[in-house]
Amino acid sequence: MTQAAVSVENVSKRFRIYHERNQTLKSAIMRRRRALYEDFWALDDVTFDIPEGRTFALVGDNGSGKSTLLKCMAQILYPTSGNIRTRGRVAALLEVGSGFHPELSGRDNVYLNGSILGMTKPEIDAKFDDIVGFSGVEQFIDQPVKNYSSGMYVRLGFSVAIHVDPEILLVDEVLAVGDAAFQEKRAEKFAEFRRDGRTVVVVSHSAPQLRQMADTAAWLVKGKLERVGDAKDVLEEYMDASHSGEVRIDAEGRVHHGSGAMSVDHVEVFGGGGPGSDVRNGQDMTVRVHYTAHEPVTDPVIGCAIEAVDGTYLWASNTFDHGPRLGRVTGSGVLDCRAPGIALAPGMYTVITSLTDSTTQHLYDQVRDSARFGVQSGAEKFWGGYVQTPSRWQVP
Amino acid sequence: MGVVQDVRGSRELVLNLTRREIKGKYKRTFLGQLWSLANPLAQMVIFTLVFSFILRVPPDVGDPSGLNIFALWLLCALLPWTFFTNTVNGGMGALVGNENLIKKVHFPRVALLAANSLSWMFTWSIEMVVLLVALLIVGSNALPFVPLVVVFMAVLSLFATGVALLLSIANVYFRDVQYLTGIVFQVWFYVTPILYPVAFVAEQLNKLPALFGRVSVLDLYLLNPMAQFAEVFRNLLYDNRLPELGTSLTVLAWGVGVFLVGYLVFKRHEKGLAEAL
Repeated sequence: MTQAAVSVENVSKRFRIYHERNQTLKSAIMRRRRALYEDFWALDDVTFDIPEGRTFALVGDNGSGKSTLLKCMAQILYPTSGNIRTRGRVAALLEVGSGFHPELSGRDNVYLNGSILGMTKPEIDAKFDDIVGFSGVEQFIDQPVKNYSSGMYVRLGFSVAIHVDPEILLVDEVLAVGDAAFQEKRAEKFAEFRRDGRTVVVVSHSAPQLRQMADTAAWLVKGKLERVGDAKDVLEEYMDASHSGEVRIDAEGRVHHGSGAMSVDHVEVFGGGGPGSDVRNGQDMTVRVHYTAHEPVTDPVIGCAIEAVDGTYLWASNTFDHGPRLGRVTGSGVLDCRAPGIALAPGMYTVITSLTDSTTQHLYDQVRDSARFGVQSGAEKFWGGYVQTPSRWQVP
Repeated sequence: MGVVQDVRGSRELVLNLTRREIKGKYKRTFLGQLWSLANPLAQMVIFTLVFSFILRVPPDVGDPSGLNIFALWLLCALLPWTFFTNTVNGGMGALVGNENLIKKVHFPRVALLAANSLSWMFTWSIEMVVLLVALLIVGSNALPFVPLVVVFMAVLSLFATGVALLLSIANVYFRDVQYLTGIVFQVWFYVTPILYPVAFVAEQLNKLPALFGRVSVLDLYLLNPMAQFAEVFRNLLYDNRLPELGTSLTVLAWGVGVFLVGYLVFKRHEKGLAEAL
């Protein structure tokens, strides 16, 4: 049994929502009574432990209190009751580059930001080259940061924060910064953190992203702890529950989410040889969606996505981006999505199918496990991973 | 007392924040740090012109230094006053202006106020050195008093920081405070004997009857801590003599007292700042 890196014990946090707050001295004096307010419990008696060395996901809808809890862990907010104990140095990545002074150079700002985050000068000296190298702004390090592009600004801020070398790293939805190359570097850095046995706490409402990195998760609903446990189970449940509309289970035991104006009947996946044929790497694939419109709908969008068996999101297509407008749809219908020369490596995959209105904002129906299919090896030999595309080696 | 640990723990941070204040203040100006001297010089010229040349206010003659120069006599009290108001005004904005940082990062919030005070102390020290050189040129014998001047500069810094700590918290809850303070400072400036000698006031106030018992209106007038500070700095720099023990102790009590009160109040409200901002 490893020790808890963070223990959250009966933590509650109350915010006061003021109806007519005394924001000026005049109103405070003239009203002669306390401002009217309502108590709002952002966190209500939450208790759990985060074991050392885990990557812990904190999920919940907007307003569920997950960010409040993270801020309590970071000691920016303080719980109204209960307490949070942390073991080891804590660094919080709630916003990158806060505290940068626009007129100062990148170099000065690295030192300034580093010391705000609790690093000492010798520490920053030792890591300076790493920090700058990681951010990729070497050429501009002596320029004032106000001349930086927003991407450079964020990268430098992130780089400083990640080099604090905490035992516990708290991250709030800042994962989506920077270009693809930087995202990769960052993912590597997080992986390195995990390998070193450090604890990472991530807050997000993007469950697919979390599923890749977290091994343990807690799910908050309106300030109360709904579930805590293995990330896969908790996140699956959270995703199931967070979809709007009713949940139906059909005769085959598949779970449907959505308003039900349209429904997914069944989904086939087959290869170039027509229905029933095997899907082969490098050859054509067809996803055939059978649907029924229970009431007339205009321009619905049909989409499907492919996930690997471990839940990694790999591919998606929908009629909004890739297909024809469907016009007015009534009754049952069939639509094929044809994908030539698929790059999927041999293995097992699942198809998620969804039907939405023309804006893609309103969900008619979604089935997460609408079809499963295997990809057979094509002409090439297979060396692992999710993707397999032709390649050749030669002397340049 | 947690003050010492606080300061030691975040020394690095305070120094870096101070550097940010100082470096950031005059960035992209041609004269840079020299601008910090421009303001007191301009004030000196204006006040000397109006009060000495037009209104003919005679400065106190330095005793025992024998100096009789209005401009220098003025600066000995004006520079501490400017430092005081700058520190308090800057301190009031320190929390509100760094809202972003306070809401997103955990660090001792006192560091923001400490950095503000230190950056103004830096500016003030330059001004005082220039003033000292000017005094030496005209024949003042201020050098032996320099160590004491430094001590009292530290005491005034404590006082100013204490007021800044109090008002910075108040300003978070009621933004009126910064505007109110602007007016209070104007009044305070003119009731403090900076532009005129205390003797002028004494002459007028002594015509009034004593309030109760032996307490005169003048005694009330002299309760003003800035009046005491002004006297101490003039004694040391302009007159070249030790300030009275009573005055020195009063000033010391004000400095330490207000700082401690400010610090305690700040500590009590520190945790709620991220929410209140």
